[in-house]
Amino acid sequence: MAWGEFKDTAGERRLFQRRALVMLVLVLLVLGGLLGRMYQLQVVEHDVYATLSDKNRIQVQSVPPPRGLIYDRNNVLLAENRPVFSITVVPERVDDMEATLAGLQDMVTISEDDLKRFRRRLGEYRRPYEAIPLRYNLSEEEIAKVSVRRHEFPGVEVEAELVRHYPYSELTAHVLGYVGRINREELQRIDSVNYAGTNYIGKSGIERFYEDVLHGKVGYQHVETNARGRILRVLERENPAPGEDLQLHLDLRLQRKAHELLKGQRGTIIAIEPSTGGILALASVPSFDANQFVTGIDAKAYRELSTSIDKPLFNRALRGQYPPGSTIKPMMAVAALDSGATTRDRKIYDPGYYQLNDTGRRWRDWKRTGHGWVDLVEAVAESCDVYFYEMGVDMGIDTMHHYLSAFGFGEDATLDVAGALEGILPSREWKRAHRDQPWYPGDSVNMSIGQGFFLATPLQLATATALIANRGEWVEPRLLKDIPGDRPVEEFLPERTHKPLELKNPDDWEYVVDAMEEVMHGRRGTARRASVGADYRMAGKTGTAQVFSLEGAEYEAEDVRERLRDHALFVGFAPATDPKIAVAVIVENGGGGSAVAAPVARELFDAWLEELPAEDRAAAEAADAGEER
Amino acid sequence: MLGVKEGGEDLIRKRSIWTMLHIDPLLFLLLIVLMAGGLFILYSGADRNLMVVKAQAIRFGIGLGVMLFLAQLDPAVFRRWAPWLYLAGLAGLVAVLLVGIGAKGAQRWLSLPGLPRFQPSEGMKMVVPMATAWYLSRYYLPPTFSRVMLGLVIVLMPMALIILQPDLGTSLLVGAAGIFVVFFAGISWKLISAFFAIVAVSAPLMWFFVMKEYQKQRVLTLLDPQSDPLGAGWNIIQSKTAIGSGGLDGKGWLQGTQSHLEFLPESHTDFIVAVMAEEFGFIGMLILITLYFLIILRCLYIASTAQDSFSRLLGGALSMTFFMYVFVNIGMVSGLLPVVGVPLPLISYGGTSAITLLAAFGILMSIQTHRRMIAA
Repeated sequence: MAWGEFKDTAGERRLFQRRALVMLVLVLLVLGGLLGRMYQLQVVEHDVYATLSDKNRIQVQSVPPPRGLIYDRNNVLLAENRPVFSITVVPERVDDMEATLAGLQDMVTISEDDLKRFRRRLGEYRRPYEAIPLRYNLSEEEIAKVSVRRHEFPGVEVEAELVRHYPYSELTAHVLGYVGRINREELQRIDSVNYAGTNYIGKSGIERFYEDVLHGKVGYQHVETNARGRILRVLERENPAPGEDLQLHLDLRLQRKAHELLKGQRGTIIAIEPSTGGILALASVPSFDANQFVTGIDAKAYRELSTSIDKPLFNRALRGQYPPGSTIKPMMAVAALDSGATTRDRKIYDPGYYQLNDTGRRWRDWKRTGHGWVDLVEAVAESCDVYFYEMGVDMGIDTMHHYLSAFGFGEDATLDVAGALEGILPSREWKRAHRDQPWYPGDSVNMSIGQGFFLATPLQLATATALIANRGEWVEPRLLKDIPGDRPVEEFLPERTHKPLELKNPDDWEYVVDAMEEVMHGRRGTARRASVGADYRMAGKTGTAQVFSLEGAEYEAEDVRERLRDHALFVGFAPATDPKIAVAVIVENGGGGSAVAAPVARELFDAWLEELPAEDRAAAEAADAGEER
Repeated sequence: MLGVKEGGEDLIRKRSIWTMLHIDPLLFLLLIVLMAGGLFILYSGADRNLMVVKAQAIRFGIGLGVMLFLAQLDPAVFRRWAPWLYLAGLAGLVAVLLVGIGAKGAQRWLSLPGLPRFQPSEGMKMVVPMATAWYLSRYYLPPTFSRVMLGLVIVLMPMALIILQPDLGTSLLVGAAGIFVVFFAGISWKLISAFFAIVAVSAPLMWFFVMKEYQKQRVLTLLDPQSDPLGAGWNIIQSKTAIGSGGLDGKGWLQGTQSHLEFLPESHTDFIVAVMAEEFGFIGMLILITLYFLIILRCLYIASTAQDSFSRLLGGALSMTFFMYVFVNIGMVSGLLPVVGVPLPLISYGGTSAITLLAAFGILMSIQTHRRMIAA
């Protein structure tokens, strides 16, 4: 049996104790080694791991600044920020994108457009862990549905963000423009740090021009997150600097009036305060609702807007380029007087047509029978074409170009109106470059009454009219009136570039203004019917621009299809001395300027000079009465 | 040195109350301190889930009961039962492979009618050293070469069965327990050197022919956790970050960000030492490792002063098994060893290992408190 073998008990015990001692040394070495390892990690490399640990839990998030608000001159809010809820997805946290999308579609409707946009952005470059919006504008019910089951969809969040809203969008779309999602080109252009939390950027109008001012400065917050990225608390926060609020010269009431006056037609009205250059109203009708562009318009609605024959997206006031027609005559009169092409005494006989030479082509006057003997005042008042034909030929293209340039034609003279076009102010060089032909005297004849190659935007016409109202004092048109705060508004506006238009005889301004008053009040003035009953003096000039030329042929407006009818134009200001408002009115296919456009201007004058001040006085009295009580 | 009094003067001293209860007071005290501290750390590691702490406390209670029960038995009882327990254990391991239940692709549990679910492999941590000690202590020590070989067969059979489950961590501990018996029995240093030589040679063979892909991955990840920072490397990076960010004195109890913000995986089971290190810092780890050292020291002392070879071999092996737990777990969590499923003894959440460990301490207390009054 086993126990029968010889056993050296004491020897076995000594053997074991030796071995145990070896093991004890091993244990000491190993545990010492583990402690050494701890010392290495916790004391020697502590800083490294402390940083890693903080990086783990602390994330720096950008806090987008609230966009500056936009007010009209009476502090009526035109652009505000509203919270909008959307579903966003952080792709890095989603295990199965298709299953997640399918699951979300069970709860809320996600359109094909939404999905397409989402997948496109999924493929595009973006910051890691940046959330991609999937569906905007959730209703209360949809928010509740998604929130309740959110834990089933890691990476999916319901996010609130402030989104631009335009309460009077149909009235203000063409002035304010709108903001929209930052696109790829804009991503290249913007300061990626300052826009770290921003999703929207000004796309057009004021929103685009004052993007830097409206945007503000990004803020940061350090947040503690768990391993799944959920924010647990905010550790530290540097608040963003909100964008500056803007106050515009625009008067919403006048803007509304302008829209009402053009209702059902196509056209544009611009009203400028001559003393400041401030744009009081800028209407381009029909307009559109810019709100639908902010979070992304759906394809069908966009197609409707963009293909409509009425072109609601087209900003006629800034980008519509029309032949100015007879509305150019006051400026031509200034040019003719100052250049010496005519004098106050000079009279010209108008037989109803004009010929450069006895056998040449006849340019007809709008009045077939002619105006007879007319001087400059009569020529303006009655809109005698032949007088100006002759002036045009006498002055020549270079002189006309010189003076019309000084009136701001052929350039974008605005300070802060984004997207304004330059029109075409023809010159010898222009015709050589664009038509590869020399300038003919006949071109001067056409140009003298605002036809031919000459194209101007309604804003340019209003600007030139304001220059006459100011008697040559240049005030560039602008929208921004003020920015609350210490800094003067001039710091935000671009540099002024125009020098006053000084005439050899400054009294010539009064002479031309008198002529424009004759248009309105004179016995034979073309717009005399528009001034009936007015208790202030106004100055103006009617115009009619041919949509296409029917040279030498008689035609009746009614005969031509409605959209080929003449555009009705009017420029003017009031009161004639100390003007408060200068306007340009164009009613597309409206027919004659005197019948259609001048009455529109009269209503604006009345509103600005009488109705609105009366409203203000009543409101002030009511406020006073309220205070006294 | 610890316990000198009992060791030297026990023979002539009157039986104390502790001896009558068959409790070694010093070991008992150290274990209570460790378990009590463990529950506090578990509360933090389980993210203030009191249910988890309660469940663990109940298991500690059961484990202490098992410990006290085993302490009442004379070591001779273990010796007599050793071969039968071993055979039953082998049968259980085979049964696990045939009809066992489990999760995550590993079969570890056996559910027999009338008995609670159990893991035969857990019991083998005690039974294998018991059987090996039984076999080797029957003959004079040091053992002959052929007996060493047979002893190794006793160790390797259950090891192989457990690897098949597969459960690398347990098979390692079971194997270590048996090997320690062979070592304590006095196997010659030549053989030990030869053994290490064989291991060195067979390691590459193991790599290419035996190790599974996920096991290789663990080794690779250990060498370069950054190669897969969000996948396999995540655990190691996060646990090292937890430990390192603890610094000298830690972030404070319940203040660990790595664990409470869920960056640290398995924060209340295998990786709980990272929670400890994060919240109590290097000082906490110094105390913890010292505590473990004192327990191992006391156990080795008990084994050294045991009266017969079987008790010595078994006691020594159980002491070193406990040490292996500590070494493998802390080595793994601190990124020195590959990730192997070995819990931190008496701190990690998990019932079976706590009960097995306390049972082993029961055997050690039995050895300590059942001395014959006559010198052997």
